[in-house]
Amino acid sequence: MRSLRPTLFKAAMTFLGWAVALLLFFPILWTVLTSFKSEVEAIAFPPAFWPSGWTLENYFEVQERSEYFGHFLNSVALSLGSTVIGMLIAIPAAWSMAFQPAASTRHVLMWMLSTKMMPAVGALVPVFLIFKSAGLLDTLPGITLIVLVGNLPIMVWMLYTYFKEIPADILEACRMDGATVWKELVHVLLPMSLPGVASTMLLNIILAWNEAFWTLSLTAVKAAPLSAFIASYSSPQGLFWAKLSAASTLAIVPILIIGWISQKQLVRGLTFGAVK
Amino acid sequence: MGSIKLDGLKKAFGSQTVIPDANLEIADGEFVVFVGPSGCGKSTLLRLIAGLEEPTDGRILIDGRDVTHAAPARRKLAMVFQSYALYPHMSVYQNIAFPLKMAGEKADVIRVRVQEVATSLDLLPYLERRPRALSGGQRQRVAIGRAIIRQPAGFLFDEPLSNLDAALRVSMRTEISELHRRLRSTMIYVTHDQVEAMTMADRIAVMNAGRIEQFDTPLELYRRPANMFVAGFIGSPKMNFIEGARAREYDARTIGIRPEAIDWSIDSGKWRGRVERVEHLGAETVVHLSLDTADILTFRTPLDERLVAGRTIHVSPREDSIYRFDGEGRAIPGPKRNP
Repeated sequence: MRSLRPTLFKAAMTFLGWAVALLLFFPILWTVLTSFKSEVEAIAFPPAFWPSGWTLENYFEVQERSEYFGHFLNSVALSLGSTVIGMLIAIPAAWSMAFQPAASTRHVLMWMLSTKMMPAVGALVPVFLIFKSAGLLDTLPGITLIVLVGNLPIMVWMLYTYFKEIPADILEACRMDGATVWKELVHVLLPMSLPGVASTMLLNIILAWNEAFWTLSLTAVKAAPLSAFIASYSSPQGLFWAKLSAASTLAIVPILIIGWISQKQLVRGLTFGAVK
Repeated sequence: MGSIKLDGLKKAFGSQTVIPDANLEIADGEFVVFVGPSGCGKSTLLRLIAGLEEPTDGRILIDGRDVTHAAPARRKLAMVFQSYALYPHMSVYQNIAFPLKMAGEKADVIRVRVQEVATSLDLLPYLERRPRALSGGQRQRVAIGRAIIRQPAGFLFDEPLSNLDAALRVSMRTEISELHRRLRSTMIYVTHDQVEAMTMADRIAVMNAGRIEQFDTPLELYRRPANMFVAGFIGSPKMNFIEGARAREYDARTIGIRPEAIDWSIDSGKWRGRVERVEHLGAETVVHLSLDTADILTFRTPLDERLVAGRTIHVSPREDSIYRFDGEGRAIPGPKRNP
């Protein structure tokens, strides 16, 4: 009896874990399954779990109707562009806040974070008008800029947290050894905080890839990334569930693969310093 | 080449003054120890010399050159940190080579120098290892290797042995002294351990509350402490301080008697007291005695089994070893007046 309780507890926790995982994964699974159904089967009630006849028709049609590859390239450019430029700004910013803090550093950090608490739609009208007069609507630089600005607080915060973990002694030793700030960054700080830097970049790529609000509001055709491409399948002419699912599957597959490959790194980076 | 001069050096953090006014002249090749209780400002003083802290006022001169506002690397000083501060992502080789690499030295020159340094520190078998795969003593030697490879004008040690166990500390102490004898370069060594200070230093700066109380050779500090702080800090067990009538007898506010300058006997002596506690250290015995006043007197003596707690004995200080201090705690010079 005594040994049964921990076993039962463990079984219950395992069950709970699987239940939560399935709950989270189910929408993705359902999307993928639906993408292989016909439009009629997709809206059938009661719904069929497995597609009766597996078809690639939706994929062909999606590719035919809208240039998937073009949107894919836009997504890549947006994610990588906003991440690389963001890191170039966030690394020096986090460095100065972590190692040369001023009396107001904490307030600056809080203020940066507070911009993420405001609903983005609150800034939509002014941003739209600025973009319109600056000729940035539906351009890659324009959408990259706005996504970059939106994610910058998170990047600075994450890097700041990782940099704070580096012992001050080591950076002082570095200065005694004759390293300039630049060399200190390249030879010591970045290699030592590599897990943190990598997971910051990864998270930013994922956030930029999944960004929908700004891409839907500020892009139309030329600069539309995959998130805007999916939305074009929910149109005034009606919903095409199967095609929408095919488009969604195409849009999430790349980031799903990146996430899968790097999940160990990502988890390590996000819990960095939590257990010591 | 490596004389260091501190001229009216002052350091304040905000409104809190840590070093009010430090003046010190360290000769080339000297081994100087900064010693004092924790929080006395000795590490801050070292960091000011290193250039890791900016002084609020005053000047720092190295070989006569004003380096008060120079970057750390331009002062030609190397530092060994308490935590060793090795670069964890680099091998031992890369750690030792780092200062030369930063100085833009050629790869083959670096290789030869690292080999030399590693040989002298017995680190050759470990060159490819990462710091985490080394023992504490080995890490310490890597930190020393990284310091000596640049052939600096002086070395700064910030409590380098406090993370080591007792046995290793003794052997590393010898190694650092040996290093100093071999390199003959200026070394400043910060510690709170007076045994380290006494055994290693040419001269010791005893610090208290940011002030340098006395700067002298170990034996002079022991023989002629400038004030009660130094007298109490140097020597173990600590010097006994006695006030009141017994001190007035010697024309002083306080008198100091070292535990090794007290004789005892069962039946006669200058003062009478009760044995409170006896610590047998093997070769010697430390006895804590309460005199008939509130004063507690500690003395050391060869092992004697008649010394047991609760027993009343007599003690006499050696008259020529009594230190006298005035109301400010300063030592009163001159011959001791016998009553």
